[in-house]
Amino acid sequence: MTVRLFARLRDIAGAAEFVKDAAPGDTIGSIWRQLVADYPELGSYERSISSALNADYARMDQLLRDGDEVAFLPPVSGG
Amino acid sequence: MSRSLLAIGPATLEIEPLVSAIGGNAGADGAVVTFLGLVRNHNLGRRVTYLEYEGYEPLAVRVFERIDAEIATRWPGVRLALHHRVGRLEIGEASVAIVTASAHRADAFASCRYAIERVKQIAPIWKREFFEGGDVWIEGAVADPDDAQARAEAERVACA
Repeated sequence: MTVRLFARLRDIAGAAEFVKDAAPGDTIGSIWRQLVADYPELGSYERSISSALNADYARMDQLLRDGDEVAFLPPVSGG
Repeated sequence: MSRSLLAIGPATLEIEPLVSAIGGNAGADGAVVTFLGLVRNHNLGRRVTYLEYEGYEPLAVRVFERIDAEIATRWPGVRLALHHRVGRLEIGEASVAIVTASAHRADAFASCRYAIERVKQIAPIWKREFFEGGDVWIEGAVADPDDAQARAEAERVACA
């Protein structure tokens, strides 16, 4: 699967995109926790993160499969 | 940029082609309301030099479609055009262009305001502000399209 990070999340992790193998039982939330373990500064977004699956908003408990595109979105500031 | 009514991309925004694209509805329209959001030269006491916008473009288009559907439910008969720009924008340039058309001005004004409020709440778009002395990602609303309270607040502002 592909994991995409936007805006300041990308700056913190130093990459816009990661490729990971989906393990059985992986959810959007479990991928997020792996990212926070790798990049602890992401932890400050725990309560403000939004997530998307295959370019549609999705909840953290959503299960993942290989080939999915997961995205993590910090608070937005369009307009 | 696409000639679609709902789009995001790097092209310069112009309001007139959007007004044309939304059409005259065979003479049944009584009002067209336009909104351009511009890059301002100051923010929170900082002297802004330029902005960089980034979007998650496929999701942004889906969100624009969602806003369009919300407007169709709340203000039946209103038509919406909504384009957002990404990339580097200079002071005074337009970052977002919104056009609504309706038989009556009240619905056209309200739905136009609603559209920009919803963009600010749920569109996956971010601005990075470059100012004299540094730069900062601007982080506003926690994006949750199913947050009924946020939607109600956008409607309240739109109808105030």
